[in-house]
Amino acid sequence: MTLKTEPFMLNMGPVHPSTHGVYRMRATLDGEVVVDIEPVFGYLHRGIEKLAEERTFTGFIPLTDRLDYISSMSNNMAYCMAVEKLAGIEVPERAEYLRVILAEMQRLANHLIAVGSFFNDCGAYFTPFLYMFREREKILDLFEMLSGQRLTYNYMRFGGFSQDVPAEFMPALRKFMGQMPGMVDEFDRFLKQNEVLLARARGVGILTAEQAINCGISGPVLRASGIEWDLRKADPYSIYDRFEFDIPTGEFGDCYDRYRVRVEEMRQSLRIIEQAMDQMPSGPVRSDLPHLVRPPAGEAYTHIESPKGELGFYLVSDDSIAPYRCHIRPTSLINLSALRDMVIGWKVADLILTFGSIDICLGEVDR
Amino acid sequence: MATIGIGINNLGYQQTLPPDWPGGFWWHWLLFMVIIIVCVLILVMAAIYIERRGMGRMQSRLGPNRAGPFGLFQPVADAMKVLLKEDIVPTRADKLVHWLAPVVAFAPVLMIFAVIPFGDGWQLANLNIGILYVVAVSSVATVGVFMAGWGSSNKYSLLGAMRNVAAVVSYEIPLVLAVVGVVMVAGSLSMNQIVLAQDIPFFLIQPLGFLLFFVAGCAEINRSPFDLMEADSEIVAGFHTEYSGMKFAMFYLVEYAEAIAISAIITTLFLGGWRGPLLPPWLWFLIKLIIVFFVMVWTRTTMPRVRIDQLMALAWKFLLPLAVINLLITAVELLFWSDTITWLMVPVNIVIMIVLVVLWSKFFKLGWGKVEV
Repeated sequence: MTLKTEPFMLNMGPVHPSTHGVYRMRATLDGEVVVDIEPVFGYLHRGIEKLAEERTFTGFIPLTDRLDYISSMSNNMAYCMAVEKLAGIEVPERAEYLRVILAEMQRLANHLIAVGSFFNDCGAYFTPFLYMFREREKILDLFEMLSGQRLTYNYMRFGGFSQDVPAEFMPALRKFMGQMPGMVDEFDRFLKQNEVLLARARGVGILTAEQAINCGISGPVLRASGIEWDLRKADPYSIYDRFEFDIPTGEFGDCYDRYRVRVEEMRQSLRIIEQAMDQMPSGPVRSDLPHLVRPPAGEAYTHIESPKGELGFYLVSDDSIAPYRCHIRPTSLINLSALRDMVIGWKVADLILTFGSIDICLGEVDR
Repeated sequence: MATIGIGINNLGYQQTLPPDWPGGFWWHWLLFMVIIIVCVLILVMAAIYIERRGMGRMQSRLGPNRAGPFGLFQPVADAMKVLLKEDIVPTRADKLVHWLAPVVAFAPVLMIFAVIPFGDGWQLANLNIGILYVVAVSSVATVGVFMAGWGSSNKYSLLGAMRNVAAVVSYEIPLVLAVVGVVMVAGSLSMNQIVLAQDIPFFLIQPLGFLLFFVAGCAEINRSPFDLMEADSEIVAGFHTEYSGMKFAMFYLVEYAEAIAISAIITTLFLGGWRGPLLPPWLWFLIKLIIVFFVMVWTRTTMPRVRIDQLMALAWKFLLPLAVINLLITAVELLFWSDTITWLMVPVNIVIMIVLVVLWSKFFKLGWGKVEV
């Protein structure tokens, strides 16, 4: 006797514990095996690009915080760099160093969340997640010292920062830098060789280098596929050419490699912060600018290596105080476009794991 | 009266109780029913408290500490909250099945405790086939779970229920085979006799059986890392996604009562049950039970979850062969060594266990993606 079976459609999300926000996958399943998935997004669409046209250049900075709210500092930085390029604003030396430090700390915070929630998706019931959150709290404490905020910092301005760092910031940062490398090693000691993790993540959700390039993937996901592409080296912005660091790459492009690349990037970020702290000059943190920036007519595109990948801002100015058009190249959305190729033929559990390993933020996907 | 007398003797409750035990068969029955239900409910509350506080500590947080001293009344608060909640039944659900499922799942778990000895002969029924009864009854809970999955007309529930059935069907076999080793050494199926036979606790005589039983037991009651049927990160809450209010509480109760039942069975079969020096028997039983349960909590906070095919592979390719080998070795040992030198089995079996587990895990690789089933 043969049993007749047929695939069924399962609606994962928009409210689901591991879609990392209000993302929805319409998955067609054959038993446990994923036959097809169709992403549905836009539940968090706020029209941020359009809102930019209604505000002044400065007034848009708080909204960039709400893009990828896990790493607001990087968003601030990318946008400020775009306006600086458009208006030809110089950034003081000290501000550049501070920006690098903050961007790398933001990368640490983001990767802590990414790795933690990856383990959560893997089924480790919140234990790695909470330990990584504990470390992230320390970074947030430092950011709070600077901006008074813990999530949406709104700290960078065109030509520098809204204010200089308080006197107690650098000692606190040094203390944090004393602890953090040990913590990264400790996480590795406990998690790296876990048998169940290896069984679950090795060889699962493979993204080949060719697919990755075709989909326009960037960031740790691309590097895990074995391509050494990091905008900090490939197109050095700010002052990244002054620091020594490596680009960690993966071998197979599977979930495990993506996890490893993130951990190695945390180590590299620590290296960069270490160097930047030593070289940091004194001086102003903001160039003298009028309150309202009025860039000359023209257009500018800047991209940075945000924790999740290439984050770009394209701005068109018509010589007014607001951008004529603002377009954001969202890392998460473009990285997500490879999901379907990665999961077809795998099981539901792998779908969740692969999705988690891409590390998206819905604020950035939907904008 | 004669027939009842035979019945009583068959149940055998009088074998170990003092002859001046007050009341007849029915009083004994009633008393132990009440004791079991009260004890299980209190133990479940204790288990919830231990799990939540213990997990909190292990995850560098405090855990619930607001209700009562040290958060001791947190389970009570949870129970109150869940009792007062609205009971929602999905429109498309099969109402009867949906309603019956928690009951069907809960009853067998309570029934397991009927043959667990809390002290010498302190049990509802000293069945001479005690452990067989436990194995048979414990599988019935699966029916309740599958009813829940089917009756809620929710795809997450159905997936969870299917996973549960697959897991229980597979893990039943190594579980029973691990028990057979114990039965052979003890020479009896009666739970109390097994305890009485443990002059050396059986986890020393049957170390491999103990290991297999623990793993298979965890898988059968869906404790982490085998908690696939309610994998919260994949299928939301599995089979009880559509349950709320008291019915959800029943499933929650089942989950912990099952964990306690498995702990109790492990205690009885392998850790010497109620036996121990100085302290009263029931206290020894409780201490051992809680230690076993704590190990389960510990693994839950430590391990990621395996995938469904890896779960199956572990049962069929790892546990089952080892269980059969264990059985064979035990049989040979019992054949050639008389009962007087059982202690010799301790070092020999521990060495055999280590060698076998290490060797077999070399054969058996979960990793590298797809495992064909």
